[in-house]
Amino acid sequence: MEPAPLLKVNNIEVIYEHVILVLKGVSLDVYEGQIASLLGANGAGKSTTLKAISNLVKAERGEVTKGTVEFDGKRVDRLFAPALVKMGVIQIMEGRHTFEHLTVEDDLLTGAYTRGRDKKGIKEALDRVYGYFPRLKERRSAKTGYISGGEMQMCAIGRGLMAKPRIMLLDEPSMGLAPLLVKEIFEIIVRLNKEENVGMLLAEQNAAMALEYAEYGYVMENGRVVLDGDAETLKNNADVKEFYLGLTEIGKKSYRDVKHYHRRKRWLA
Amino acid sequence: MTFFFEVLINGLLMGIMYSLVALGFALIYKASDVFNMAQGAMSLLAGLALVGFLEMSFPLWLALLCTVGIMIILAYSTVFFVLKPLVNRPPLMLFMATFGIMYLLEGIGQSIWGTDAKGLNIGIPEISFEIRGILMNTFDLTFAGVAALLVASLVWFFQKTRTGRALRAVSDDHEAALSVGIPLLKAWAVTWVIAGIVATVAGVAWGSRLGVQFSLGYIAFKALPVLIIGGIDSIPGAIIAGLIVGAGETLAEVFIGPYVGGGIQTFFPYLIALLVLYFKPYGLFGKEIIERV
Ligand SMILES: Nc1ncnc2c1ncn2[C@@H]1O[C@H](COP(=O)(O)OP(=O)(O)OP(=O)(O)O)[C@@H](O)[C@H]1O
Ligand SMILES: [Mg+2]
Repeated sequence: MEPAPLLKVNNIEVIYEHVILVLKGVSLDVYEGQIASLLGANGAGKSTTLKAISNLVKAERGEVTKGTVEFDGKRVDRLFAPALVKMGVIQIMEGRHTFEHLTVEDDLLTGAYTRGRDKKGIKEALDRVYGYFPRLKERRSAKTGYISGGEMQMCAIGRGLMAKPRIMLLDEPSMGLAPLLVKEIFEIIVRLNKEENVGMLLAEQNAAMALEYAEYGYVMENGRVVLDGDAETLKNNADVKEFYLGLTEIGKKSYRDVKHYHRRKRWLA
Repeated sequence: MTFFFEVLINGLLMGIMYSLVALGFALIYKASDVFNMAQGAMSLLAGLALVGFLEMSFPLWLALLCTVGIMIILAYSTVFFVLKPLVNRPPLMLFMATFGIMYLLEGIGQSIWGTDAKGLNIGIPEISFEIRGILMNTFDLTFAGVAALLVASLVWFFQKTRTGRALRAVSDDHEAALSVGIPLLKAWAVTWVIAGIVATVAGVAWGSRLGVQFSLGYIAFKALPVLIIGGIDSIPGAIIAGLIVGAGETLAEVFIGPYVGGGIQTFFPYLIALLVLYFKPYGLFGKEIIERV
């Protein structure tokens, strides 16, 4: 028998400001210790899906109006965001939201907010974060507003680690980083997955990179999951190759089809 | 020279009062991006309540405790009935809402405790004495001590405690704070409680000097130039700017006033504020907006 998924998103619909329908029935599963990726172009609804799970949509005047989200067998779609953090569902938001006037160390410590006064555990967690990110240790007393983009992303991930995550919802960790740094970040994500047994749901536009490191992928378009499968299968899928990996097999598709798709894509963006 | 120092010290003592009022503004602005027009009214309410409890012949400690209790109730009601429904609305809406709170507090305060000016005597003796020829009195010094203690504990709270750190995080980025599990409404409520306590100290300080009266609600406007000088979201800024304004306006009044026919005190703070704005648009200690390019 297959194990039950750690995270089960069941046909959810999300509406912003009571009128803007953004997710139109999204379903996905993430298993314990798995890395799953969520691919799609700008505006496909990746961030909204992650925020629907972590319940940060509420803070943006959005609401899950249909469907359910289950974590560890319990329904969580009606819970308050901090309650989810406490259960170990941590979202690392898009665009590196560090607290710019806090020092790196203080920023990391805010990640342990839900752990209360567990001083020893928090100290251990901090040391572990510095172990994964030695660069953060060097810059521990710098304000996060003045560290580099890569260090900010490390700080955001490290802060997530402080909360004893069971699953991390990572929103475009590669955004705006140089290729070498992207590789470094992804390798850390894999290590966290293996060594800390953290499940990962990774939203990415950088499909090539994401499919390199993830086991499973979901492709979103216009608020729906249009395709899903093992990373290997997806990598070999003709449409994924063409539209997300940028590998067109010239001759097999007519130019008109491609143009047609691009036009459609612009509508979606 | 002695006279100069006497004037300076008087000015600084006045400045502490301004600092206290400005501090209340800065705290709330930092945490919830609201310029709280009701800050002065909160001081008025605290003063009225304290006088009320003392008139009911409560001992001082109990009267103070009850007053703080009222400020806590006020803080939670404000956050849950006013701020919560307005989360994510334009800041102007919140600003207008605090106007509403201001009038409400003034109305409530006066319908319960009446509109007469009341003397407030909390039993701190006012004994004058001289140090090296400079005249001082015990009342002023006690308040300076209380204010210093209050500020020191606030600094400790914000820098060293888990809740303080969480409040600083909230003031930087609401959504990110929520994403690490900091409950925003609770954080705001704590901030309003602290601002309420600061308002109480300010209310008692001003009330003991000038009597508790309607005009206490307007000491808020005295804090405006202080906030501009110190930076609207800076705690040390509020303190230091308060002292600068207090000392500056008193010195100006005494030493420059006679040449220009007096009355400098009322506009001098704004003059300093303009000057500061010219060189440092975020105030002396205001949070710089960190722009990454
Ligand atoms: N707070 C909001 N209010 C209204 N509409 C929103 C809000 N947030 C997102 N949307 C809309 O929802 C759609 C999906 O946005 P979302 O941010 O989830 O996409 P995404 O796949 O993460 O895109 P990107 O790759 O650009 O980050 C977009 O059309 C966007 O305009
Ligand atoms: Mg996004």
